[in-house]
Amino acid sequence: MKYIKTLVGNTLEKSKLGNQGCGECQTSCQSACKTSCTVGNQKCENK
Amino acid sequence: MGKKRIHKFYMNNKYIVLDVNSGSVHVVDKIVYDILEYYETETLDYILSKFTSEYGKKAVIDVYEEITKLKEQGLLYAPEQNLVGLSYNKDNVVKALCLHVAHDCNLKCDYCFAAQGNFKGDRSLMSLETGKRALEFLVENSGNRRNLEVDFFGGEPLMNFQVVKDLVEYGRDLEKKYNKRFRFTITTNGVLLDEDKMDFINENMENIVMSIDGRKEINDNMRKTITGKGSYDIILPKFKAMAEKRKDKDYYIRGTFTNRNIDFSKDIMDFYENGFKSVSVEPVVTSEKEEYALREEHLNRVLEEYEKFSREYINIKKRDKDFNFFHFMIDLTQGPCIIKRTVGCGAGSEYLAITPEGDLYPCHQFVGEKEFNLGNIFEGIKNNTLRKEFKEANIFNKEECNQCWARYYCSGGCHANAYYSNSDLMKPYKLGCEMEKKRIECAISILANLGD
Repeated sequence: MKYIKTLVGNTLEKSKLGNQGCGECQTSCQSACKTSCTVGNQKCENK
Repeated sequence: MGKKRIHKFYMNNKYIVLDVNSGSVHVVDKIVYDILEYYETETLDYILSKFTSEYGKKAVIDVYEEITKLKEQGLLYAPEQNLVGLSYNKDNVVKALCLHVAHDCNLKCDYCFAAQGNFKGDRSLMSLETGKRALEFLVENSGNRRNLEVDFFGGEPLMNFQVVKDLVEYGRDLEKKYNKRFRFTITTNGVLLDEDKMDFINENMENIVMSIDGRKEINDNMRKTITGKGSYDIILPKFKAMAEKRKDKDYYIRGTFTNRNIDFSKDIMDFYENGFKSVSVEPVVTSEKEEYALREEHLNRVLEEYEKFSREYINIKKRDKDFNFFHFMIDLTQGPCIIKRTVGCGAGSEYLAITPEGDLYPCHQFVGEKEFNLGNIFEGIKNNTLRKEFKEANIFNKEECNQCWARYYCSGGCHANAYYSNSDLMKPYKLGCEMEKKRIECAISILANLGD
């Protein structure tokens, strides 16, 4: 593509493995914040 | 009006388009950015009439076709996620604890949400027996999850360090017995850190969060000793030594900003100049009535500060990739799954806080609020209605989140922020939302710049 550079493709649809999630990832508030919620910066541990 | 399916913004010299439902992110030319404004609502003829003089006919048609192609590939204007039947934590698995081993503190920080460590109750330390029972409670309620998390929190957890040590040892026994893996972390003000404690923490904790507010005058203005003196000179050398010891292990130096230091990027830089590489500085959580609270009138300056710092951050990252500001980190490729992004932090369901007496609360920020008591570790969860409320407070059920482009990044925001600002778990904290949206834009624009 000439005018559009895709930085990242379809990540959400592809991460839909059933409707439960494996739950092995870290709880977001345990990482550093403790007073806000930032989930998008966490890693999936099932990849 | 239908929900917005794309979000576009210009920052740090990049035109960026985020596709809300697929998570795709595109860096585009200005012509694309302009045409996207009309793509969904107007015909190609209209778009040609509007942009041909500026960009030329061929370019407009080419861009139109590129957008259409991405749409067909599900990378632009992707339809809403179909999560019918989403069954979040139906077995009520608990996987993480915030263990309040000490409801006492050796600092007296003005803004403390824990009311100087005691969470509005009596000063107390968790007994080893209660701590052990808490770990057992976690294992018993963890179902098939292998990775379990325990954050030693307070008050100040180093005031009860022997219990911390004994609990780590007990946790290791439980790991073997039940085939689990404990990830221990600790959040400390650093006053009692000494060589022995540092060695123990370094060896046994997967992460240490060290609380300090950046520049000396900023820290000392809020984070005071019991006698009212500043704590900076006591804690900074200890935190430096601790960070030095960590080497490639995780740590965070974590500060809070209030309306007294809206120029908080200077505090972040102060951390960096002191050698700290993993940094978090967070907006204060308090009643609007407090003199130092962040209020609507401060918002624009805070947002500008984030954006200003993002420019500085790009420059630093180009020469020092190890530097990380917690809120500018975003993982676009290995990030959490859609389920996690939908349900959020898990407070009140997967994640619980436990008081020194063994009482259960949805998270550390609700501790001491009697109506949020969920039960205790000896008898289990008693307030199933409350647990259900927390479980259902997700981005589909919160009206404002449902419409917001950032919903899959913040996942509905912090329940405690929502409750304390609006007395309603389902109504997000507006200031927090605006700050979070800005941080996400900053984070993506940083990635776009670093990818060059």
